[in-house]
Amino acid sequence: MYQFDWFVLPFAVGLIYLMIALFVTYARWIKNLPENERKKVRSGLFSIKSIFAVKEVFLESLLHRKVFKVNPLLGYMHMSLAFGWFLLILFGNWECRIFYHGHLSPPYIPIFFRYFNPHPETFVYERFFALLMDITLLVVLSGVLLAWTKRMYSRFFGMKKTTVLKPGDKLALTALWVIFPFRFLAESFTSANFGGGHFLTGSAGTFFANFLPTQYLAYPAWWAYSFALGLFFVSLPYSRYMHIPTEIVLIFLRNYGVSEKKKFSTFTKVEINSCSRCGVCIDQCQLTNADIKDVQSVYFVQSVRNNNVNSEKSLNCLMCGRCDAICPVGIDIASIRQASRYHQSIQKENSFSYINDLGVKMADVIFFAGCMTHLQPTILKSMVTLLKASGECYWFMDEVSGICCGRPMMLAGKEAQARELIAKNKAMIVASGAKTFVTSCPICYKVFNEEYDLGIEVLHHSEYLLRLVEDGKIELTSQHQKAVYHDPCELGRGSGIYNQPRELLAYSLKLQSVSQEARQGLCCGGSLANIKINNTDRKKITYEAINLLTENNPDLLVTGCPLCKKAFAQLSPIPVLDISEVVSMSLVQKKYYVEMDEGYQSAKHVESFAEIQA
Amino acid sequence: MAKDFGYTISCDRQIDFDKLSRSMYLEVKKAEPSVDACISCGTCAATCTAGQFTDFSLRKFILLLRRGDSLSVIQSIDKCMLCGKCQLVCPMGVNTRGLIYSIQVISRRIECRNRRVVNKM
Repeated sequence: MYQFDWFVLPFAVGLIYLMIALFVTYARWIKNLPENERKKVRSGLFSIKSIFAVKEVFLESLLHRKVFKVNPLLGYMHMSLAFGWFLLILFGNWECRIFYHGHLSPPYIPIFFRYFNPHPETFVYERFFALLMDITLLVVLSGVLLAWTKRMYSRFFGMKKTTVLKPGDKLALTALWVIFPFRFLAESFTSANFGGGHFLTGSAGTFFANFLPTQYLAYPAWWAYSFALGLFFVSLPYSRYMHIPTEIVLIFLRNYGVSEKKKFSTFTKVEINSCSRCGVCIDQCQLTNADIKDVQSVYFVQSVRNNNVNSEKSLNCLMCGRCDAICPVGIDIASIRQASRYHQSIQKENSFSYINDLGVKMADVIFFAGCMTHLQPTILKSMVTLLKASGECYWFMDEVSGICCGRPMMLAGKEAQARELIAKNKAMIVASGAKTFVTSCPICYKVFNEEYDLGIEVLHHSEYLLRLVEDGKIELTSQHQKAVYHDPCELGRGSGIYNQPRELLAYSLKLQSVSQEARQGLCCGGSLANIKINNTDRKKITYEAINLLTENNPDLLVTGCPLCKKAFAQLSPIPVLDISEVVSMSLVQKKYYVEMDEGYQSAKHVESFAEIQA
Repeated sequence: MAKDFGYTISCDRQIDFDKLSRSMYLEVKKAEPSVDACISCGTCAATCTAGQFTDFSLRKFILLLRRGDSLSVIQSIDKCMLCGKCQLVCPMGVNTRGLIYSIQVISRRIECRNRRVVNKM
C-alpha cells in the first residue's frame, strides 16, 4: 500500500476532473471535424508529420521559442513556468521511480514526495535530487515573480498594455500564482522539521525556523499547495489556461494539414482555445495609434470563444495581418475574423445582373488596373508606358468600363456577391486567351491569385516588371536616390511577395531598410478591410506609419499599392511613388517606345528624378 | 408638343407622411455618423464603378434617405460592389463603405420587419 494522506484529495479530484473535461472536449471536437480533414489526421498520424509536431510542441509549448524571439523577458517567463513545471514533474517521477525501485506510484506521490519522504537517509541519490528539484523550483519561482510583475507593471516587459481578464481567468491566475510559493513554503517547513532540502528549501527552512513555529505550519502548507493545484485544475477548462493543453492539439492538427475555412469550423474552436491571451498582438495592432483599444485580436478571439462577437469587433480591423505575423501560437486570426464577417453579412445572389457584355480582346498579357489604380492616374500612365515599351501584346482589361475584382466584397464577408463578380471577370479573362495576368493592385492580386482559379499565371506588376527587366525587354538606368520600400499588407503578409519588388527597385534606387518591414511591415491605414474606422483615425495610423518609414531620411517612399500610395501621399513630407512610376522614370527609352498622350497631370506628384534632388 | 399645348401635368408634390419617413435615415446616422457630413457634391457618384452600368448613386441615396424615401434606397443598395473609390474621393471624409454596409444591414432589417407585418395581416 502506498503512502497516503487526506491532503492529497484536492489535487487528485482536480486532476481527475481535468482529465475527464479535456477528454470530453477534445473527443467532441475531433468527432466534429469534416470527413476529409479526419482523413488527413488519420493518414498523418503515423507519418513523419507527427515527429515534426512533437518537435514543435517541445519548442513552442515548452520552450516558447517564438515568444522569446518577440520579447526575451516574456519568453523567459513563459519558459520558466512551462518548461520548469514540466521538469519538476519529470524529475519528480524519475526520483520516485528510483526510490520505489521502478514500481509505478499514483500521480500524487511525485508531487508531494517531500511530505512522504522528507529526508530519506537510505536513499543514495537524495542529495542529488534535492539539488535538482531546488534549482528547478527556483526557475519556476522566478517565472512566477515575473508574472506578478507583469500584472502589476507591464511596462517592465516593454509592453504598453497587458490583457484585461475575466472572472474564470482571475481564479485560475490566482491559483497558478500561489501554487509554487506554497510548494516552496511546504518544502521549506518540512525541511526545517525533518532536514532534507538543499540550497533553496533547506536554507529557507532553517531561516523560517528561527521565528516561525514550522512544526505547526508544515501540514497546512501542504494542504494549501494541494488545494491550489486542485483549484487550478478545476478552473483550467474555463479559463485562458485551456491554451496549455489545446495548443498541443492545435500543433498536431496544423502539422496534419488541417486549416481554417470560410466559415467557422471545429478547427476554429481549437484555435481560439489555444490563445493564451499573452497580449503580444495588442501592441502590434496599429489601431492603438488611433486609440481604438477593444477590438484587438486577443479580445476578438475571446469574444468568439464566448460567443458574443459584435460587428465592432469583427469589422473594425484593418486585416493587415500584423497580429498573425507575431502570434506566438501561430493562430490564423485573419481567417477567423474573415469567417466571422461571413457569418454576420447578408449573402445575396444576383446583385449584379445589371452588368453584362463588357467586351473582350484577344491578347497574350492582360493588364488589370483595378478600382484603386484608376484613382492614381500616374500609375496607369506608367504602366501603359512600360507595357508599350516592352513590346508585349497586351489588353488593358478595365481601361474603359471595368468591374471590381471582388476582394472588397469578400473582405466585407459578402461571399455570394464576391463570387458573382469573380465569375464575370473570369469569363472575360478566359475568353481573351491570355497566358499572363498582371495587376497593379495587391488587393486585386490576392483575390485573382487565390479565388479565381484561372489556370494562367497571375502576377503583381512588380513581379511582371522584374521579369521584363531580367529578360532584357526593358532597360533601366541607375539613379542615386535613397528610397524606402513599404510592403503593402495584401502583397507582403497577404501573398508572401517581399523580395521581387525590392529586387526590381534595386535596379534604379538605393534601398534603405527600416526597423519594421517585410513580415513586420506596417499598414498604411487606408485598408479597405476596415469598414468601421473613420477618416481621422485612419490619418493617425498613416501618420505613425510615415514617421517610422522615414526614420532614416530617405528621398523617396516607394510602395506597390495604389491605395497605400494614396494614403501616404496625403501626409508624407517626401514624394510617394508606385513601383511602376519608379521603373518608368528610369526607363532607357527604346525605338518602339510610343509617347503617351499627356492627358494626366498631377501637381502633387514628381515627374522625374531631377525634381526630387532639387 | 402641340398635342398637349406646351403644358404637362406635373406629379403631385405634396408630401405623403404615410409613405415617407426619416426613421431609416436616423437609424443609418446612428450606425454611421459621418453621413451627416455629406454635402451632396456628387463626387462619389461620378467615380462609382457600379454607376457606369446602372443608375446607382450614393449621392441620390443619401438625399432620398434624408427626404424619407427609404423604399427606393432599399431596392437598389445591393448594386454596390464596395470597391471603395467613393471613399477615397469624398471631400468630406464620409466613411462611404461603412455607410453602404450599414444601409444594407438596416434595409434587410426593415424588409424582414415589413414581411412580418404582411404575414400577420
